[in-house]
Amino acid sequence: MSVATTEAAPAAAAKAAKKTKRGPEHRPGLSRWLPYLLVAPAVLLELFIHIIPMVVGIWMSFVKLTKFFIANWSAAPWAGLGNYKVALDFNNAVGQGLLKSFGVTVAFSLITVALSWVFGMAAAVALQPAFRGRSIVRTLFLVPYALPAYAGILTWNFMLQRDTGVVNHVIVDNLHLTSDRPFWLIGSNALVSLITVATWKLWTFAFLTLMAGLQSIPRDIYEAASVDGAGNLRQWRNITLPSLRPVNLVLVLVLFLWTFSDFNTPYVLFGTAQPPAGDLITFHIYNASFLTWNFGTGSAMSVLLLIFLMIVTGAYLLVTGRKSRRA
Amino acid sequence: MRETRGFKLYRGVVLVVLGLFVLIPLYVMATSSLKPLKDVQGAFTWWPSNLRLAPFVDMWKTVPLARYFVNSTIVSVAATVFSVAIAILAAFAVSRFRFRGRTVFTTTVLSTQMFPGVLFLLPLFLIFVNINNSFGVQLVGTRLGLIITYLTFSLPFSIWMLAGYFDSIPRELDEAALVDGCGPMGALWRVVLPAARPGVIAVAIYSFMTAWGEVLFASVMTTEANRTLSVGLRQYSTQTNIYWNQIMAAALVVSVPVVIGFLLAQRHFVAGVTAGAVK
Amino acid sequence: MRLRSLVAAAAAIALGISLAACGGSGDSGDSSGGGSGGDQTLTYWASNQGTSLDNDKAVLTPVLQKFTADTGIKVNLEVIGWNDLQTRIQTATTSGQGPDVVNIGNTWAASLQATNAFLPFDGDAMTAIGGKDKFVPTALATGGKEGTDPTSVPLYGLAYGLYYNKAMFAAAGLQPPKTWEEMVTDAQKLTDPAKKTWGMALAAGSYTENVHFAFINAAQNGADWFDKDGKPTFTGDGNVQGVLRYLDLMQKDKVANPSNAQYDNGTKSVNDFATKEVAMVINQNNADSSIVANGMKAGEYGVVPFPAPQGAAAPVASHVAGINLSIFKNTKHKDAALKFVKYMTDATTQTTLGKPFSSLPVLKDAKPVFTTDAAEAATFADVYNTKSKPLPLVPAEDQFESTVGKAMNSMFAKIATGGSVSADDVKAALKTAQDQVAAGS
Repeated sequence: MSVATTEAAPAAAAKAAKKTKRGPEHRPGLSRWLPYLLVAPAVLLELFIHIIPMVVGIWMSFVKLTKFFIANWSAAPWAGLGNYKVALDFNNAVGQGLLKSFGVTVAFSLITVALSWVFGMAAAVALQPAFRGRSIVRTLFLVPYALPAYAGILTWNFMLQRDTGVVNHVIVDNLHLTSDRPFWLIGSNALVSLITVATWKLWTFAFLTLMAGLQSIPRDIYEAASVDGAGNLRQWRNITLPSLRPVNLVLVLVLFLWTFSDFNTPYVLFGTAQPPAGDLITFHIYNASFLTWNFGTGSAMSVLLLIFLMIVTGAYLLVTGRKSRRA
Repeated sequence: MRETRGFKLYRGVVLVVLGLFVLIPLYVMATSSLKPLKDVQGAFTWWPSNLRLAPFVDMWKTVPLARYFVNSTIVSVAATVFSVAIAILAAFAVSRFRFRGRTVFTTTVLSTQMFPGVLFLLPLFLIFVNINNSFGVQLVGTRLGLIITYLTFSLPFSIWMLAGYFDSIPRELDEAALVDGCGPMGALWRVVLPAARPGVIAVAIYSFMTAWGEVLFASVMTTEANRTLSVGLRQYSTQTNIYWNQIMAAALVVSVPVVIGFLLAQRHFVAGVTAGAVK
Repeated sequence: MRLRSLVAAAAAIALGISLAACGGSGDSGDSSGGGSGGDQTLTYWASNQGTSLDNDKAVLTPVLQKFTADTGIKVNLEVIGWNDLQTRIQTATTSGQGPDVVNIGNTWAASLQATNAFLPFDGDAMTAIGGKDKFVPTALATGGKEGTDPTSVPLYGLAYGLYYNKAMFAAAGLQPPKTWEEMVTDAQKLTDPAKKTWGMALAAGSYTENVHFAFINAAQNGADWFDKDGKPTFTGDGNVQGVLRYLDLMQKDKVANPSNAQYDNGTKSVNDFATKEVAMVINQNNADSSIVANGMKAGEYGVVPFPAPQGAAAPVASHVAGINLSIFKNTKHKDAALKFVKYMTDATTQTTLGKPFSSLPVLKDAKPVFTTDAAEAATFADVYNTKSKPLPLVPAEDQFESTVGKAMNSMFAKIATGGSVSADDVKAALKTAQDQVAAGS
């Protein structure tokens, strides 16, 4: 994201000199206000839908907003940092639950993003040279991304049923890998199921982005390398990866943020029967606020989540920005 | 990459593994929608015992699927059109003008992308209610409320993508239009937008898909009359039975328009993402 | 140029669509209605009691039309599925914008009472709906915290019963069980995993079902979940043993298929019973319509009360299940709403709705009509009137349900995936649940 804006700056600076040569129709008054007018709708909407509710959400985290006060929420008593203390007290049940959920979500996100990136890169490289049927394969690979999330997840739910699902049918009945029918939607396998379902959709976005990125690398660099005797693997390592670095930087960050905040996958996959092994943090917070009427604590947890995401993003941009030429 | 034998082997493996990974769920969805109820409640079979079209017919009656379809369509199309329009204006401003507060604007807009939905779900709901009480404009339990919410959700990504795309369109085009006598808006309309068509299409697709698939806010903000598909599909697990074959049929029907539309426009989507993300 | 006309067309469409959006919105969120008596409209949110939302609407509409004919008050009905009802009530309570009258699960009554958003049925209100003596006492007790004016009154009664397959029992020469121990031995004799038949089906992945049985079993041991001051007492011996006894059906006695740990609602276990894969299932009396719809005929099954262990402290066979009716405090049509409640809890209406909604009567001396099987009707009436105990009537009741229920889900999952759960494990899980409830209140 910062790549785009920082790139525009030098280009704009160079063009600034040309601006003074505008035509006679140039109306100084209007065009001074024009950019503000143009961004006004976006600003208003962001304020209304994102910023102000978030500020209210932050306020809610400092207040004891439980079922006793929800009908008259301006009368809810001030709790100061009380909700945060409860959420962060790892010795009691609520804090422990939050910590465990955080751990599960970190593991889930890292593995899902890693797998998605690997699959996306593998497919983008494999489909780079043209072959017969390439466009059909490419189209097929994009279907999981195009499918509405809940349709895909519902199908996976059906596939992961212990007795009637295709996954166990293949493992037990067709391949005879084990005679004990495993559970996929409860117990410790639940995390594996979550990762599989999330990766199924996410890798296609990585594929899409990386494929687009690969197209912008000029052919002759590869040809020159081939002439020099570099094999495919070396070409990938020395040409493809470095050229894709700007794309990858943004891609990985976006993938991580999306996956960490994923609500749809656990909600549609597990419904009300959320297994502890698959307790992702957004659902955990939803549970803590909506299902228990404990909006004060739930808001505190949301704010903590937001702070964490901001820290991760900031750190990531700092570390990668320092190495990048365009810092 | 040279097409050595090793590469061909690699490609074959990738195609088979990933191909199966993608295909099997789609296959299950398609065949299950054609199975009688007993089939989907018993052990899994690769091929239906009888091919029935009944689920495709019954699914409209078990749950008011047609109404959900209409609601989803209205909400998604409206959200897309307005989101794209507003994003175009804002992206044009960010790309073409150096105004005070520009960096603050872009940073803030981009950072809203990472807000967890649960944080502002209830406050947003309360704000909508207050607006209703003060101004009489009903937002909760209406499609309008959802439209406004969804169009805002897709704004950050759209503005970022379009700004990047506009940046790659040379200023000379703008200059030419200005010399011809258009104001900046005319330049946008006549010259920049047509050149940015792939980016606009990409953003439109993204906005539509975001709205079509959203679950959390739809579950809280809608009532039965304006429920969307994302929440409506859950109604198939009713008191007396879980109609998996109808669920699969409904999932299929709900997905087909979106998938076809996406695949038709995917070339533009890819081009848009390319220009937006890559320089 | 093509792009320009495309965009212009899109703008026109969007304008048209947003006009449709503004106009076509549902107006069920508002307590609408005019001023004087004859012109009023009540908004009523009903729960899903029949086979589908549409079915409920079809059943209720003539009943509501009669009410309108009698009183001139119109009723705007919306039927809401169980997936959504609690959230809708929550948002209505939060925003102050909701219906006038609403069905609630009666176990939510004390929690909802604590929000102060519902009309208490004090002396005057109670008289207006026909007086409190017309109700079955245990049913009325569910309406709110003990010693306070209830904020809901009973509408439909439900109770658990042990359904058994007559043919399977006869073939094995067994009598329907009268004690817990008999139930287990009967189930073990009827369990044959090789033939894919099991003694019982449990909705072991449904936290609401699990917590109900935890409650009933603990009640049979004479144990309570909250003390007189409303503080949670989950780790008492009676509670731990009660939970363990239920878990052991899958763990030690092995009469339930481990796959049951995936059943996240009662529908699935009832299905197993109706398709004759299991010999017994414990369910509320509204299982009849599902059982028959799935292939079993009405004479093929019988019902006995859910048994207690030999020498149990109390012969509790069910919690007082059912649906209550509440009025929102901020309703603009209080008198009309009271009239409506009176009508819905009248003997005639109760009899009309009893069959399609498979409910037990909440009125004293009323006869159950949900089944034509006299023995079954008598069993359930007996259970509901004499062997049932209300779930804890404290504001934290909903948290009790979700924490203990979900803990049991996890324990069943552990058992199903090959692990084991001891009494100490149960106690530890209940302690965690207790801490969660204490922290949240």
